[in-house]
Amino acid sequence: MNKKRKQCGRQGERLFSNLCVIPSLIGVLIFFLIPFGIVIYYSMISNPVTPQFVGLDNYVNLFKTVAFKRAATNTAMFSLISVPLAIILSLWLATLLERNIPGKSIFRTFFLSPLMVPIASVVLVWQVLFHNHGTINQIIEAFGGQGIDWMKSQYGQIIIIMMFLWKNLGYNMILFMSALAGIPRDIIEVAELEGASKFYQFIHIKLRYLSPTILFVLILSLINSFKIFREVYLLTGDYPYDKMYMLQHFMNNTFNSLDYQKLSSAAIVFSLVMIVIIAVLLIVENHFGKDVE
Amino acid sequence: MMTCRRKKMIVNICIMIFAGAAALMFLMPTVLTIANSFMTSSEISANYGAMLSNMTEDNKVFISENVNLKFLPDSVTFSQYKSVLLKSPDYLLKFWNSVILTVPITLFQVLLAILTSYGFSRYPNKFKSIIFFAYIILMIMPYQVTLVPNFLVADKFGILNTRWSIILPGIFSPFSVFLLTKVMRRIPVSYIEAAKLDGASELQILSKIYVPLCKGAIVSITMLVFIDYWNMVEQPLVLLKDADMHPLSVFLSQINTGDIGLAFAVGVVYMIPTILMFLYGEDHLIEGIMFSGGIKG
Repeated sequence: MNKKRKQCGRQGERLFSNLCVIPSLIGVLIFFLIPFGIVIYYSMISNPVTPQFVGLDNYVNLFKTVAFKRAATNTAMFSLISVPLAIILSLWLATLLERNIPGKSIFRTFFLSPLMVPIASVVLVWQVLFHNHGTINQIIEAFGGQGIDWMKSQYGQIIIIMMFLWKNLGYNMILFMSALAGIPRDIIEVAELEGASKFYQFIHIKLRYLSPTILFVLILSLINSFKIFREVYLLTGDYPYDKMYMLQHFMNNTFNSLDYQKLSSAAIVFSLVMIVIIAVLLIVENHFGKDVE
Repeated sequence: MMTCRRKKMIVNICIMIFAGAAALMFLMPTVLTIANSFMTSSEISANYGAMLSNMTEDNKVFISENVNLKFLPDSVTFSQYKSVLLKSPDYLLKFWNSVILTVPITLFQVLLAILTSYGFSRYPNKFKSIIFFAYIILMIMPYQVTLVPNFLVADKFGILNTRWSIILPGIFSPFSVFLLTKVMRRIPVSYIEAAKLDGASELQILSKIYVPLCKGAIVSITMLVFIDYWNMVEQPLVLLKDADMHPLSVFLSQINTGDIGLAFAVGVVYMIPTILMFLYGEDHLIEGIMFSGGIKG
């Protein structure tokens, strides 16, 4: 009797914990998953009014669109440069702050602060810095160099890479600091006793233990790198110079022209690329992370 | 022995100087914005006038004057703030737009996440882990992908061009569920068993054990969600055609053409809520970030 009641109670508890997921799941289904199915459907029909199955025609058209190609290239270029930079620099900062130096926690606060400062608030300072007659150019010219009109040149990407690093290094650094603190002390001590150099220790021991964190920071930075549109939009508005024309610009313009087919196929292509990247990363991580555990 | 220790000390001092300089550079844009907000509008036009003329008359370039970045105002004045707060209702309206979008999203996303994460972490089963994996994939998807479904749903429900088109998907965004579930999974089973022996119901376990133990993480997630939506640009541009409803984050990109004198003060007003949060919850934030590490864990 008693046992039965207990089991019954457990069943009820299980049910309760399952019910807790339901509200969120319904919302996710309505606002993300089901419409995503419709997006797939839209990407394969001729038009929403008199739908006709056209297979991959929309995708072929998409890849013929000059604006899409430019936006995809710029976005890919930006991510390819800024994500590795973000990882290397934040890992480096974390190893610097790993040492016992005074003022460590203040430095940490300073590095983290850009995370909590709205981009829109400080965008004017960045404009002043990189203006054609702005601070950076004045410094370059003071040393006898030739200033560049940053915003309107092929170097425009450098500005957004700097803004990206400024905003994200602190967060990544904290992640690496906590991972570094989690490396077992005794392993490092044994390595030191056996005369392993600092460099050897870093490559062969620390990097191994850091690999799950590196993967996480990689994915996080990748996600954040697609949010760079915010900075670009605030810097340059709707029509930036060619090199700063990002995927979100393309999407916005396609939204404005209500071209559902192009919009849908672009979204699908983008999500497929993301899924492939994540899958590869997880496989690589499984391969390298195994011997640590 | 002595020289070795000495060498170590010198290295540490060098690192400290370098890290300090780098840290100051990270603080610079914020400090400059605040410092410049106390200048008179004539001082600002004197320094940044070149930028202004370039921007208002887009195609003509006839600037001879340089743009001078100034660290300290000649005389401290609150005139910019006075104009923002008293004379230009537009900025206050846009600020209110930001509040009315960000606060409900943050509040309900976090509340819902507490319930959902509890569901995911208590009595795990195969179904739930599949759903959770779908949430992770969804979280990784950039706005460029998720905005298209959002747009279709908003169109279908007739809420396009209303605030609901941003608020509703925002509430169900899986980011905070992901983080909070990871934290809740680390709660030792022994705590829960002990509470159950004392006769606690599931609801009590949620409110008396899960929530208090995750308080730091909840504060941290609230901050991260808030700043993300406080910064929003993509959603309003796509989902709100009516510029009157745009939040300040979008509006600030247009302000530069007009009153550059006010821009710094508006920027400072806009960062006050997030800076206050940062000062209040920095330790929680750091703790929360540390918990978030590792996609699988």
